[in-house]
Amino acid sequence: MASTEQEVLEGLAEIVNEETGIDTAEVELDKSFTDDLDIDSLSMMTIVVNAEERFGVRIPDDEVKNLKTVRDAVTFIQSAQS
Amino acid sequence: MTSSSDTRIVVTGLGATTPIGGTVPETWEALLAGRSGARTLEFDWVAEYSLPVHFAAQIATPPEQVLAKVETRRLDPSSQYALVAAREAWADAGSPDIAPERIAVVVGSGIGGVHTLLNQWDTLREKGPRRVYPLAVPMLMPNGPAAAISLELSARAGAHTPVSACASGAEAMGYAVQLIRSGRADIVVAGGTEAAMHPMPIAGFAAMQALSTRNDDPAAASRPYDTDRDGFVLGEGAAIIVLESEAHAQARGARIYAELAGVGMSADAHHITAPEPEGSGAARAMLEAIETAGAALSDIAHINAHATSTPVGDVAEANAVRRAFGELAGSIPVSATKSMTGHLLGAAGSLEAIFTILSLHHRVAPATINVDNLDPEVGLDVVRGEHRALPEGPIVALNNSFGFGGHNVALAFRSV
Repeated sequence: MASTEQEVLEGLAEIVNEETGIDTAEVELDKSFTDDLDIDSLSMMTIVVNAEERFGVRIPDDEVKNLKTVRDAVTFIQSAQS
Repeated sequence: MTSSSDTRIVVTGLGATTPIGGTVPETWEALLAGRSGARTLEFDWVAEYSLPVHFAAQIATPPEQVLAKVETRRLDPSSQYALVAAREAWADAGSPDIAPERIAVVVGSGIGGVHTLLNQWDTLREKGPRRVYPLAVPMLMPNGPAAAISLELSARAGAHTPVSACASGAEAMGYAVQLIRSGRADIVVAGGTEAAMHPMPIAGFAAMQALSTRNDDPAAASRPYDTDRDGFVLGEGAAIIVLESEAHAQARGARIYAELAGVGMSADAHHITAPEPEGSGAARAMLEAIETAGAALSDIAHINAHATSTPVGDVAEANAVRRAFGELAGSIPVSATKSMTGHLLGAAGSLEAIFTILSLHHRVAPATINVDNLDPEVGLDVVRGEHRALPEGPIVALNNSFGFGGHNVALAFRSV
């Protein structure tokens, strides 16, 4: 079932918070995972796998490097759901 | 700061999270009150696997109560316990202002990150490789706790992990002394940690008949030196000690609990688990600790024994004490604190080092609980019933730790 942008953002923010301790309010669409949120590649892989489970999508490993911002991830998850 | 082989090493900070307390003061108070940390386990897996042992000495304060959520997620419990104890020890030492290149960490573990190893194995089998946590390897590695503390304190002189089963925490003290005396560090944060409250290690220890099966009375199960002892009680936790060259400690006006005056180590080379029954290896470790402390046998005013409550081990250690001390053996007050804490495996040596240090500091040898009938084969002055006051003036106390594999470590602490 497709989720709204806001639903995906909120879900992603919770996953990021769970893994890194970063406040959910910090997880905004225009933020870069590496430059703004300081998330390393190991944490990113965990976030990806947890997002797959939560949103019922598959995010190929090759695709992960293209998910530079939170918006990239939200857009990818929404399109994968549809 | 200059160092040499005769540099005096002192204790300036203590930290612990144990089955009888979440801090050193709580643990010491519970110890003097004679409280047992053993209780019936409430995990479903006890019945699920029909484990022959239904109880253990679980940590008193779960780390979730004191650590950030992300710390509990990204660290194996063995590292969580170590971090909790290290923070307390560092604060207790006055959070020394020191160059990172002059601080080292030596934290041992008997088993390492066994929870992570086994839980991630379950994940692999149930959900496949993609679900295995990317931090699984750094979490399960036995040097994880030392690394976590090194990161926490920015300790850059080195981070090391001695692994010698139930002697690991004591061996860490010995290595710390070498680091300071060789001039590589002024302060070493040293100790041990263990988190093996999982059905597999319990089944393994039970299979070798090492654990007490007194399921109907857990608090009475750990009974070192008692005629009815039937094995040890599994414990968990961490104990960390801040060791420092005396000159460095004095220069910063630190409070000094005691001097770590001597260290002795040996290997039995006898059997993979059974202690050498005459105790010759253990006796050599004790004598080396006393000799390197520059002490005489008659200076030893107290022994905190390894005494795990196994039928064979307790007598072998008693034989070793008699071998080392001869006629003096029967007149030294001996405490077996595992009667209350259970056996913390890789953390046992450093936790009992803390008890030994506090015994000197407060001049009291804690009473061993559950010794209803002293085994006549022991032949030692086991402190029981009431605590025993230790004499004023300069005295030395010995702390023994032995591990599967035939590892023997004895530490000699001197009062200040």
